[in-house]
Amino acid sequence: MTTTAAPLDVTALRADFPILSRTVRDGKRLVYLDSGATSQRPTQVLDAERAFLEQHNAAVHRGAHQLAEEATDAYEGARQRIADFVGAEFGELVFTKNATEGFNLVAYAMGNAATSGPEAERFRIGPGDEIVVTEMEHHANLVPWQQLAQRTGATLKWFRLTGDGRLDLSDVDSVITPRAKVVAFTHQSNVTGVINPVDVLVAAAKKAGALTVLDACQSVPHGPVDFHALDVDFASFSGHKMLGPSGIGVLYGRRELLEALPPFITGGSMIELVKMEGSTFAPPPQRFEAGSPMTSQAVGLGAAVDYLSVVGMERVHAHEHLLTVAALEGLSGVKGVRLIGPEDAVSRGGAVPFEIEGVHPHDAGQVLDSLGIAVRVGHHCAWPLHRCLNAQSSVRATFYLYNTLDEVDALVEGVREAQKFFGVA
Amino acid sequence: MQLQQMYQEIILDHYKNPHGRGLRDPYDAESFQVNPTCGDEVTLRVHVVDDVVKDVSYDGQGCSISQASTSVLTDLVVGKPVGEAFEKLDAFVELMQGRGQVEPDEDVLEDGIAFAGVAKYPARVKCALLGWMAFKDAVARSQGAA
Repeated sequence: MTTTAAPLDVTALRADFPILSRTVRDGKRLVYLDSGATSQRPTQVLDAERAFLEQHNAAVHRGAHQLAEEATDAYEGARQRIADFVGAEFGELVFTKNATEGFNLVAYAMGNAATSGPEAERFRIGPGDEIVVTEMEHHANLVPWQQLAQRTGATLKWFRLTGDGRLDLSDVDSVITPRAKVVAFTHQSNVTGVINPVDVLVAAAKKAGALTVLDACQSVPHGPVDFHALDVDFASFSGHKMLGPSGIGVLYGRRELLEALPPFITGGSMIELVKMEGSTFAPPPQRFEAGSPMTSQAVGLGAAVDYLSVVGMERVHAHEHLLTVAALEGLSGVKGVRLIGPEDAVSRGGAVPFEIEGVHPHDAGQVLDSLGIAVRVGHHCAWPLHRCLNAQSSVRATFYLYNTLDEVDALVEGVREAQKFFGVA
Repeated sequence: MQLQQMYQEIILDHYKNPHGRGLRDPYDAESFQVNPTCGDEVTLRVHVVDDVVKDVSYDGQGCSISQASTSVLTDLVVGKPVGEAFEKLDAFVELMQGRGQVEPDEDVLEDGIAFAGVAKYPARVKCALLGWMAFKDAVARSQGAA
């Protein structure tokens, strides 16, 4: 993509992330290329959490004392800012434990629709209905749908991948048929960084009358995302991949859908009226936030969104694109390295998976670690994708706003070291 | 360099020239084990006659640590009574779970002592134990079937 925004001042920005200046493995400078798994947090986020706990901590949505009011304002204020950040309305965001819980929430709520009132009719699913996913999915947006199919007798279908790891959309209408009740797919692959054409899938799902569920874990942290513009029905993303705390995720749902959706986890805080014979439920988002919610985590995620907004998501995306291009170029210049997924950076975020001939990914990761370079090795919770691309596992480097071209060079040099160590260069 | 402490020559030798590799007949039981974090897998067969491990054969995909430790396993247990093989298994598991604090007994573990350095890397302990867990499971199955 092109952008007219000024490039990031990465040196200045890195000063906000204390962990990036530490050393590892006997004094090696840390080269952190694993933000796709979890990102690091700037002091602004850490300070916001601490300030909340030192000044305003209380249980939210209960109690009439001043701290309870302030805590509730901080919690709901964070919800508003996060909503603004992703092009949603306040009442369309549900705080969850993590993104995985968001997918499970939708899947289980759909299962619960069978025994709910007529307002939940559109979510009912059973034998003869189809659930559509893709082979590219993280297990978080795959296993819950397999389970829903198993519980309800619905059929699971999936889009296959092309040889270079993009979705095979050559025959969309045969995969998404009028039997489809839900189409769940990732916005950006956590392994290859491939960005999927949301518009194509949303259009096909709408034609079929199916709901869409977007895995936005790798898109929201790395570029501008507007759920209303994307026109998806649900989307889930996590806090810790976008400079925020762990223990918090966000589920987006179109307001009219959340209003009709039955609850998943039930208990305190999510009710309207409780009698011994039965209960009625609060409107969304509270209906989906049973029990004591995470508070400092929500505040921290609000601060992360503030931080990213100041930097500018267009600039974040452009910076990662630069690093991705450099990594693809550098790694493809190393004999014996096989890039997994697309070899170019078109419609792609900052993730570069690869294999080294004669060096198992786990061993490659160990050599890189000994040089201070943190990457992910394995199948990255996307086993079917690896099988499709004929890889037992892979080494994956992922980039974020604080990574530099020097770090990309260190990665490429580290790969050469791994080859040398195992005697394959 | 720390790396050499972990990847001892013995480990790299076993990795490049694994002993006993390939699935063979006859066998009494087979075990399939997988490391769900990395997808490494091993299929391992045991042939036990009169309570003696006659053969261990295996196939699989995995890192140097998992492949080499399975190769060492075959050296250590083939030809041994099941009881003695399990003593070696217990000693190897203790070594691997010792976070580098356990002093291995070369008389018991022979080439297996080379994995002492691996025990300092918690993420790799599962790799080293993959084939051994398959062995334990396969023997249990063979005894269950007997």
